[in-house]
This record gives sequence, structure tokens and C-alpha cells, in this order.
Amino acid sequence: MVRFLLSKLLYLVPTFLGITIVAFGFVRILPGDPVLLMAGERGVSPERHAELSAQLGFDKPVVMQYFDFLGRLLHGDFGNSLVTKKPVLTEFLALFPATVELGLCAILIATLIGVPVGVLAAIKRGSWFDQVSMTSALVGFSMPIFWWGLLLIILFSGVLGWTPVSGRISLMYYFPESTGFMLIDSLMSGQEGAFRSAVSHLILPSIVLATVPLAVIARQTRSAMLEVMGEDYVRTARAKGMPRRRVIGVHALRNAMIPVVTTIGLQIGVLMAGAILTETIFSWPGIGKWMIDSISRRDYPVVQSGLLLIAGLVMVVNLLVDLTYGLINPRIRAS
Amino acid sequence: MSLLTIRNLTVRFATATGSFTAVDGVDLSVDRAEVLAIVGESGSGKSVSMLAVMGLLPDTATVTADEMTYDGQDLLAMSDAQRRRLIGRDITMIFQEPVASLNPSFTVGFQIEEVLRFNLGLSGKSARARALELFRAVGIPSPEEKLKSYPHQLSGGQCQRVMIAIAIASNPKLLIADEPTTALDVTIQKQILDLLMSLQEDYGMGLILITHDMGVVAETADRVVVQYKGRKMEEADVLDLFENPQSPYTRALLSALPEHATGDRLPTVSDFFEGGAVR
Repeated sequence: MVRFLLSKLLYLVPTFLGITIVAFGFVRILPGDPVLLMAGERGVSPERHAELSAQLGFDKPVVMQYFDFLGRLLHGDFGNSLVTKKPVLTEFLALFPATVELGLCAILIATLIGVPVGVLAAIKRGSWFDQVSMTSALVGFSMPIFWWGLLLIILFSGVLGWTPVSGRISLMYYFPESTGFMLIDSLMSGQEGAFRSAVSHLILPSIVLATVPLAVIARQTRSAMLEVMGEDYVRTARAKGMPRRRVIGVHALRNAMIPVVTTIGLQIGVLMAGAILTETIFSWPGIGKWMIDSISRRDYPVVQSGLLLIAGLVMVVNLLVDLTYGLINPRIRAS
Repeated sequence: MSLLTIRNLTVRFATATGSFTAVDGVDLSVDRAEVLAIVGESGSGKSVSMLAVMGLLPDTATVTADEMTYDGQDLLAMSDAQRRRLIGRDITMIFQEPVASLNPSFTVGFQIEEVLRFNLGLSGKSARARALELFRAVGIPSPEEKLKSYPHQLSGGQCQRVMIAIAIASNPKLLIADEPTTALDVTIQKQILDLLMSLQEDYGMGLILITHDMGVVAETADRVVVQYKGRKMEEADVLDLFENPQSPYTRALLSALPEHATGDRLPTVSDFFEGGAVR
């Protein structure tokens, strides 16, 4: 197990280095000069421009800039935002819980609905349930998130008036942030209606963000179940006289979950990409919206370090999934 | 009264190209403590007819029979729940691929204790003790340790012993063994067959042995049913079958045994028998 963990950790090093190059290169490919953008409409004199560029290190060759960036990273310095002047890490950590809350909720919805739907579709293969659910999954998977989000806002917020359009909680409520997770904080505040308000704000973005992972998980569960149901050991379980529910829920599902867990892990990356769109549509103050705003402001340090932090997060989650994989698949554990 | 009686069993599969008849009007019966061998080449419907008895065929299969009774109880008229009370308790089955037949995600201990808990109502400790006893009975070395092993950590022969332990866990009256030694090494084959025969005697079980190995038939069976292309060709006591085979197919099957080879080529059934000429 220790060797397994070490080898996985070793793989992270080149991956992380690759990501630093991509993150660093990406922002420099973006057209636009950050110094000019900082100056805004007032403009800036050539002398002041040169001075600012030197101050921010933009006058050095790109390769030198990269190694400076890498060197600072190794000291745990992610740089300061050009706009707010605050450390990138501080901003990231402040906004991070909002994204985690949204992401967790989305992956929970996707898993709790996707897995049972996939199982049911597999055991009722060819039925109307199978056909309707798998067609819906295909539609969900193919639908652009921003469009789907707007549709839901129009229906549930506009027409029906059931949910708020944006934000994390109604402005009527104020309480100090302790965990950063609005659901927990609102519950702890003891203010009447605060928790309900937080839930109503969270529900629509979560559904939008969950749509693609839900579709993928449902389809993956269905195909994994179909494969497993044909295995000899499932026949053995039936030959042992086990009730159908146990054959499916214990003997088949446990094995079918192995590829599904991998899929769920891979969806975390998709989720971060989806969060950028979802947070923008719903003005959700999380990492995704922060990144979009920083890109439009050419806030180099925020974009490159933010990308790096997000990628690092995805890597850690994938590592955890790999470890879970070992837990549910004894053959992996042994080797 | 026979333990298991089957009359005119037919199994059809719905396929993309229409209906396919895998078993066509087979009759057979097994008595208590009797060893019946069903022989035939691949595709002769041996396994399918026994999976029909167990109710383990896929939904695409249609099973019809004039009679299919176990100990006087009509298997076809039973509800699924009633049938499950028989399957895994009174009638059990072991399969050709022992490693694939065990669930890779659970320890073999879990898989045998599950039967003891669900079918016999034993609780945690007594289930473990009984499992240990069964593992000893089927000759698994260091059984305490093996109970905690996963199937991939055991050899093929050990996995088949586990399967046998699971199959005899609830003192069944009838054990169906579907080519139990085909996937094993020759030396292990002998051990497994010996084990099956001694358990059959000790427990007084009826045993249906599905095989294509005439050597196995000669060593173990009391009676033999020969199947070909889903039909029963012949049924006879084991000595009669070898000494005086009635059906042309059985004669061809016996003539094709490797020990009858004379030239530099092994004989095949089709050297002696035209499939189209059945009956």
C-alpha cells in the first residue's frame, strides 16, 4: 500500500510541472497587456509603463519569468493579484468553500441519481425506463451548460418564481462566516429561514452543474452493470438462492462500481470546468467566477496560480479516487 | 419416486435471427444417492437443461416441459420465491470455471458464510465455525487463513473446493456439477472428482455430473444420459453403455476416444457418424 501510494505521488511531480508550464504559457498567449489594462482609460506614459513592467517582472525574457514563477511557487508564494494586491492564495481560500459546496452538491446529486438510474436501466434493459433515461442522459450530456442554466432560470426563477436567480443567500440574512460553507453557516447562525434561503440558492446551480456528470455516471453504471450481470459469479450468487435484490445490490453492484468510481473521479475535472460556466451564470462567488473575472482583467498571477491550484486540486482528487479504487477492488490492493 | 424428474424438456432461445432450440424433448430422472452423468459434445444442451432446472437461464430462454418435478414438487408451477427456497438449499450447482464463478470483490469466507446466514439462518460466529468445518471437509489447506482470502489469491483447484464447500453447505439432496474439472490441471481433476464422489457418498446426495469426458463417466457414474444437438440419444447403466451402446451416436462417441486411435491421426465423432442422420 505504501509503495502504491508513493508511486502515485511520484507521478504527480511531472504532471504538476507540466501544468505549471501550461498555466504560465496560457496567460501569456492571451492578447492584451496587463499594465495597460491596469491603467484603464487614463492610459499610461511609456516611462511609467516600463517602470511598472520592470516592477512586475514583465520586462524579463519569458523563460526567466517562468523560472521566477516556479521558484516562488517552491517557496509557497503564489503571487499577488495585480488588481486587488492581495495574495492569490488568500483569495483562493476565501472563495474556495463556495465552489466546493456547489461541486459537492452537484456530484452528490449526480451520484445519488445517476447510479440508481443506471442500475435500474440495466436490469430493465430495453424497457421504456431504460430508453427514456438513456435518451435523457444523452440529451443532458450534449446540452451546453450555459443554455441549460438559462432555461432553468427562466422556468424556475422567472415563470414559477420558486428559486432566486443568483447569489448564495438572500441579502436579508447576515452572519459571520465560520466554515465558508453557506449551508452549514446558515444552520449555525440560528436565523430563521436562513438555511432555507441558502438551499434555494444552491439548488439550481447544483442541478445545472450536476447534469453532465449525472448523464455520464448513469450511462457508465448501466453499461458496467450489464457487463457484470453476465459474469459467472452473478450466476453463482443466483445459484446460491440469494434474493434478486441481494444479487444485484451486493454481488453485481460492488463490481460494477469499480469503473463507476473512476468515472466519478474523472468528473471532478469536468465539474471544475462546468463550475466556471455555472458560477458565471448564477453569479456564484466561487473559484470559477473568480477565474473568469481575472482572465478578463489579465490578472496574470491570479490566472496562472488559480489554474495551478485548480489543477492541483483535481490531481489530489484523482489520487484519492485511485486509492478508493484499491479499497473496492481487492485485486488492485494486492498488486 | 425419483428425486428429480424431467419429461419432454424443451428450451428455446429468442435470438436476432429467430428462435433457436437448445434442448429438444429431453427426459431424465435422478434418484436419491444416485450419480447420473450427462455426456455430449459442446452445444449438446447438457448445461442448458440443468440451468433450466436451476432457473438460471437468461430472460431470452423459454422453458417448457411435460413434467419437471423435484421430490414431487412441480418446479415450473412454483413462484420465483418458492423456487429460491429450493435452489441453493436442496439443489445446488457448481460450475466449469471455478475462479470466475467466485465474486472477485469478496473474500471466499464472506461468500460461503452468506449461504449459511441466508439459507440456514446461522449467525456470525456459528456461520464462521461452520464455514471452517466445510473448508476442512473439502480439503482446503490452512482453512482459517483461506477464509480471509479473495478468489484471485487461490488456485483453480482451491477455488473449485470453495465452490464445492458452498454447494454442500446446506446439505443439499441434489448437486449438479457442470464440468467441474474441465478448467483444472489433470492431477487436480482427479482430486476434485474423488472429493465429489466421497462427499456424494457421505451426504447421500443425488449427483448429476455434466461432462464430455468418457473417462470421468466410467469412473463415477451409475447411469448415463448421452445428449447430442439438444436431444437425448441414449440412456443406460454405465456398464451397459460402454459394453453395448445402442445409439449410433454413442458408438461413434466411444469409437472416437483417443485410446482407439490407430493411425497418426486422432479419430473424431464425425468419422463414424453423420450428424444429419440422428434418429
